[in-house]
Amino acid sequence: MFNQLSDKLEGVFKNLRGQGKLSERNIKDAMTEVRLALLEADVDYSVARDFISSVRDEAMGEKVLKSVTPGQQIVKIFRDKLAELLGGDQAPLELTPPARILMVGLNGAGKTTTSAKLALRLKKEGRRPLLVACDLFRPAAIDQLETLAREIDVPVFTPDRDEKNVIKVAKQALKWAETQNGTVMIFDTAGRQEIDDALIRELEDLQKFLQAKEVLLVADSATGQQAVNVAKRFDEAVGISGIVLTKLDGDARGGAALSMRSVTGKPIKFSGVGEKIADFEAFVPDRLADRMLGMGDVVGLVEKA
Amino acid sequence: MGLFSRIVNTFKRSPKVDWDELEELLVTSDIGIRLAMEIVDDLRDKGRKIDADDVIAECRKVVMERLPDSTKPLPLPTSDGPRVILVVGVNGTGKTTSCAKLGHYLQSKGHSVVLAAADTFRAAAVEQLETWAQRLNLPMVKGAPNADPSSVCFDAYQSAKARGADYLICDTAGRLHNRNNLMAELSKIRRTLGKTDNTSPHEVILVVDATTGGNAVQQAKEFHKATELTGLIVTKLDGSGKGGCVVAIQNELDIPTRFIGTGEQAKDFAPFDASQYVEELM
Ligand SMILES: Nc1nc2c(ncn2[C@@H]2O[C@H](COP(=O)(O)OP(=O)(O)OP(=O)(O)O)[C@@H](O)[C@H]2O)c(=O)[nH]1
Ligand SMILES: Nc1nc2c(ncn2[C@@H]2O[C@H](COP(=O)(O)OP(=O)(O)OP(=O)(O)O)[C@@H](O)[C@H]2O)c(=O)[nH]1
Ligand SMILES: [Mg+2]
Ligand SMILES: [Mg+2]
Repeated sequence: MFNQLSDKLEGVFKNLRGQGKLSERNIKDAMTEVRLALLEADVDYSVARDFISSVRDEAMGEKVLKSVTPGQQIVKIFRDKLAELLGGDQAPLELTPPARILMVGLNGAGKTTTSAKLALRLKKEGRRPLLVACDLFRPAAIDQLETLAREIDVPVFTPDRDEKNVIKVAKQALKWAETQNGTVMIFDTAGRQEIDDALIRELEDLQKFLQAKEVLLVADSATGQQAVNVAKRFDEAVGISGIVLTKLDGDARGGAALSMRSVTGKPIKFSGVGEKIADFEAFVPDRLADRMLGMGDVVGLVEKA
Repeated sequence: MGLFSRIVNTFKRSPKVDWDELEELLVTSDIGIRLAMEIVDDLRDKGRKIDADDVIAECRKVVMERLPDSTKPLPLPTSDGPRVILVVGVNGTGKTTSCAKLGHYLQSKGHSVVLAAADTFRAAAVEQLETWAQRLNLPMVKGAPNADPSSVCFDAYQSAKARGADYLICDTAGRLHNRNNLMAELSKIRRTLGKTDNTSPHEVILVVDATTGGNAVQQAKEFHKATELTGLIVTKLDGSGKGGCVVAIQNELDIPTRFIGTGEQAKDFAPFDASQYVEELM
């Protein structure tokens, strides 16, 4: 039914009908509510401000005045713009040979799981994926990828357990791949904080060597205000080609996605929707937009009205 | 840079207070927009004309009121069985690493500790804790793959008791708080632990990632419902996430933060100190 935001906006516009003009006050109050909703969804402070100011005039136009349900109308306009922005230039994976995908992100974001999920998806598309374990740091990270690879029956390169040089591992993996008849390689890397310069440099070196055409930033959908920093820093360092949003099976509002999309201009390509390897989908911008504004099927309702 | 130093830097420039800027500073710490607005309003309501210096002093006061110094220590060991610490949280926050770090911390204080590898679900979760256990020289109890986590905890309790260990730390699988069946599993672990010692578990600690935004409060609410939380560990404070969610959780649910994680090594762990957190980390 109606969501909280549109209820609040209906309140703001209570006596609007027949007035022919929106008051300054109406506009200000309405924008305050929209801003609150975005900030509560974890959109970055300045990203939220910029987004609102870019949509504001349209949201406050004729259509709203004439609508029986101005609050819902405004929410719909913001929601559509949001979906448009989140979905803009959604691109398929660039998999011309040598097809290499590098997975990067913060600790615990879901890189290893997503590597396996992506491999399964590519396999179902008829490709022949290979997995490479380049997390030499986290205890049992290699075992984790190896277990997942076995589960989906995808070949996996596992380095010596005491190897510490990630470039060396990548070299060995490329050599190994020559014997594997694969068509696309997926490299899982260790999690790292974006302000850890030494570890970011390691990633830079790895990408310099691999020249992967796909560098996917794996990000937890519950990420807060750090999102902008994370996306910017990883993008500067290794030039990300897209974003994977994980743990969307939770109830986080997912505003970090808007922040990351806005500051990097890079598309969100996939969603992780569960712990199982099959819980993986192409990203659906409309659904995330609805979620960020905390609504059910308001759009359907407005369109019927 | 910590919250107060950022406030100092921002307001040094001009004697007049820019309330929006203060709000933005607070919001970027992830304490949540509502709480940020409340704090800003509190400060504005002081009635008199506040200048930049006052803002810092007042802000410190207002934030600290919402974050009481929570140095409540873990329960001391007794002779009637190990003190049991159950560690819970959503996926990937740092539970397994924190179990190892906490075990190491307690051991360094002269206590004997047993770890229980009760994440029988995630790929190589047992191997991960096992690697830590070997590295830190902590005994660990594990079950068969896909074993019932309750029974692993039960066995681990017996084993820890037989050894006369001071503490038993149980690592659990990550789970999203909106998954009812998985939350029920956690309640069952809790009940099972209570069967041998009805005061157990003595602590139930939610591990929260400092990177998390508003969802952290929801996480805490649901875990609290399922397992009666007694404290938090906030991890990854070595990143640029400020972990303001722990202020929000304390403010809404009155669950104190007990320890912080500041890196991937065992030593990157310390008891929580509220004023240090707000000054330097947040
Ligand atoms: N519910 C849910 N859990 C997920 C999803 N993706 C990953 N996970 C879980 O999140 C946790 C962390 O996932 P990993 O794949 O180990 O994350 P990582 O980024 O490789 O972690 P590090 O290598 O330690 O940085 C695991 O418990 C996964 O099962 C998802 O889409 N939904
Ligand atoms: N930088 C940093 N990384 C941390 C910290 N604590 C844990 N990590 C890392 O975060 C990632 C996830 O940690 P785990 O201990 O596996 O998290 P978990 O909650 O047990 O994950 P699941 O069991 O899959 O739900 C690993 O890469 C850890 O090394 C911390 O304080 N700082
Ligand atoms: Mg990993
Ligand atoms: Mg774990």
